[in-house]
Amino acid sequence: MGNGPDIKDIQTIEHDVIVIGAGGAGLRAAIECSRQGLNTGLVCKSLLGKAHTVMAEGGMAAAMGNVDNRDGWKIHFRDTMRGGKFLNNWRMAELHAKEAPDRVRELEEWGAVFDRTKDGLISQRNFGGHRYPRLAHVGDRTGLELIRSLQDYGVHSGIHVHMECTALDLMKDGDRVCGALGYWRDTGRFVLFKSKAVILATGGIGKAWRITSNSWEYTGDGLAMAYLAGAELLDLEFTQFHPTGMVWPPSVRGVLVTEGVRGDGGILKNSEGKRFMFGYISPRFAPETADTEEEANRWLAGDKSARRPPELLTRDEVARAINAEVKAGRGSEHGGVYLDIASRLPAEVIRKKLPSMYHQFKELAEVDITKQPMEVGPTLHYHMGGILVDAESQMTTVPGLFAAGECGAGLHGANRLGGNSLSDLLVFGRRAGLGAAEYIKALPGSPAPVADQVQASMRRATDILNRDSGTNPFVIQDQLQDMMGKNVGIIRTKSELETAVGELEKFKSEADKVKAHATSQYNAGWHTALDLRNLLIASEAVAKAALTREESRGAHTREDFAGEREEWVKYNVIIKRGADGSMVVEKRERKPGPTPLVEIANSKIEDLEGGKVGADYK
Amino acid sequence: MAERTFKIWRGNKDGGEFVEYKVDVGPGWVVLDCIHRIQMQHSTDLACRWNCKAGKCGSCSMEINGKPRLGCMTRMNSLPEGTITVQPLKTFPVIKDLVTDVSWNFEQNKRIAPFKPRPRDADGHHRMKQEDVDRVQEFRKCIECFLCQDVCHVLRDHKAHDKFVGPRFMIRLASLEMHPLDTDDRVEKIRKEFGSGWCNITRCCTEVCPEHIGITDNGIIPLKERVVDRFYDPVAWFLGKVFGKK
Repeated sequence: MGNGPDIKDIQTIEHDVIVIGAGGAGLRAAIECSRQGLNTGLVCKSLLGKAHTVMAEGGMAAAMGNVDNRDGWKIHFRDTMRGGKFLNNWRMAELHAKEAPDRVRELEEWGAVFDRTKDGLISQRNFGGHRYPRLAHVGDRTGLELIRSLQDYGVHSGIHVHMECTALDLMKDGDRVCGALGYWRDTGRFVLFKSKAVILATGGIGKAWRITSNSWEYTGDGLAMAYLAGAELLDLEFTQFHPTGMVWPPSVRGVLVTEGVRGDGGILKNSEGKRFMFGYISPRFAPETADTEEEANRWLAGDKSARRPPELLTRDEVARAINAEVKAGRGSEHGGVYLDIASRLPAEVIRKKLPSMYHQFKELAEVDITKQPMEVGPTLHYHMGGILVDAESQMTTVPGLFAAGECGAGLHGANRLGGNSLSDLLVFGRRAGLGAAEYIKALPGSPAPVADQVQASMRRATDILNRDSGTNPFVIQDQLQDMMGKNVGIIRTKSELETAVGELEKFKSEADKVKAHATSQYNAGWHTALDLRNLLIASEAVAKAALTREESRGAHTREDFAGEREEWVKYNVIIKRGADGSMVVEKRERKPGPTPLVEIANSKIEDLEGGKVGADYK
Repeated sequence: MAERTFKIWRGNKDGGEFVEYKVDVGPGWVVLDCIHRIQMQHSTDLACRWNCKAGKCGSCSMEINGKPRLGCMTRMNSLPEGTITVQPLKTFPVIKDLVTDVSWNFEQNKRIAPFKPRPRDADGHHRMKQEDVDRVQEFRKCIECFLCQDVCHVLRDHKAHDKFVGPRFMIRLASLEMHPLDTDDRVEKIRKEFGSGWCNITRCCTEVCPEHIGITDNGIIPLKERVVDRFYDPVAWFLGKVFGKK
């Protein structure tokens, strides 16, 4: 070692804590750190306000009961557990359901302008898997409202924002995290962040698939950095395919179509014009789902005795149904199904409630959704799995390292309900900030980065530029996306997953030879090449976890192991780096949930609402 | 697939030139798809910002055939035949290729005093009528693409960055000033510090807004009216003091 630049010559920035990622979770974490009196740095790959949170459309789930006063945290908790097929972390699901309403109100206090009810309260809309209208929203651009409110509030709260700066590796002093090495995208120069704690809020891994709603940023950076730093990863097999992405034209394939379309009455039809979701109601949800169009329509009209339409089943169920219809030859012209809102609502109501969907289809697909149905199909959207964290503090298994938002894991179990992500970001972003402040308070001394680690990280980055020739990073990423789509898709089998694991070994050796041309200044090829390592670690973790879980649960569907297996709800799949550097997969037994929570989650809805179950539990 | 020719500005703060590329354009492609294809096939170091690719994040702002637009929302079949020129936003300093230094905008946002709400009702709720928040919500649709800043002649031609915050931050101010819950008085600063008088209502900003926000008519003009009422109409000023600003 030691043949790189001297560590003293590198720009060094010191903070008490750095937050990596500036979507909803990162911003909320940074705000909390700052409120706790910490000198806080916020590092993000893009400009501030461009993270994927901005794409969230439908809303933010919180049992405020503004629209239907039967709602409450226990019902939200029960919905979350059932949606997650009981694999959720019990305590996280409880904290989330309890604290989400406060986070919504806080956001309003910081300037968010939610749509209103007739009485002037924050309006709430229906969404898949949520028993009552629960999503605080702003038309279909809720994520923009959330990120902008946090941003506008955050810039006045003393946070130091480092935009267009990419983190390469976490730095450790012994067991503890002590900062991160990164580079400025505009110059390519390195920067060493020294800190007592690091909060990861880097989002997902969508870029490992071609058909995805995710942008270039989502390359699993936080996951991979945490893994390399020794953290444990949890249940990565659960990759959410959102049922409704655009399918035509090819250039927008995968772009999200909000679940709000179905929440507001949109229905799914196949090429025969049949409203097919009635044929896909699973036994778990049958007692609470309408079995005729007549009942579904009554529910939509506000009849509180009617049950919910099957289009609002959880995302895993709807995505599988669409997949099955297309496979059976009843798909739309371009390989999706039809999502029809035109025949359900007057044109002006559609434009008012779903303005960005109207705009998106009009401009990108030349489809007028007030007149024609949309063509939609599943798109890789979200990862329920991620970095294993403590429910209260969000600390990972590495001291001083925290994770919140999509890159953390536990809340959503095997499947996330729509709307539970925005609330997750705020509830656990805040908790990560509090957790980091607690940790720093008790920290003896200041950990310091080790020169060898810094130099190794820099060398990995500069080698890509310095080698004489090598493979094109865009081509490798492209081929990886094809391979993952083919072998680690919605429906999985052992042979395909094994193929994926084998192929990933080849990709890894290709990635070691990747070459970026020209200088390090704002070099798209270099950035893509650097992200490849993370994308490959995350892909390998997903494939190996999927191979391990021999059942079908939530978003993980195995053709060779159909249905939920009673035994498997008792286990998490944990991934960590072994002593020899290879990936170790462990089937780890879960702790049983606390009795009152187990009773609430498993109760009949009448018993819960009637006070027969859970009444004493606060 | 039809082949189209692009001329893309390549360079940095020290200078640059247009470089020609040919791209086979697929069905439904937008300009950003072509740029990605050029990166993959011809020039992996071509610099261009982008994120959502669906007109929701405002990252891929560029000048296409001389007009400020989002690369992800400009369909190839909407452009006239012939060579397509793509260059960086002119109003901001170039970093590299299509990427400009827009940090000035983020500095402006910091100058605007944050939202200062009135207390909540006794039951913990804020109450606002939907029709009273409609206009604020229109301004809050802004995706911060800064195309309006790019086209604003006060910034673009007169380089009066120290005098006028530009249309983006005028509507940010409008969203606060017209917020039913906000209690701060911003009118004096809108005139003195943020330079509302510099806008002479050419509506170029409104024309380029990809979110179709009525920047000039719904945002800037009402702010100018408030300034006029305050500073040039003593009766309105007095009534405002007595009965509140809204």
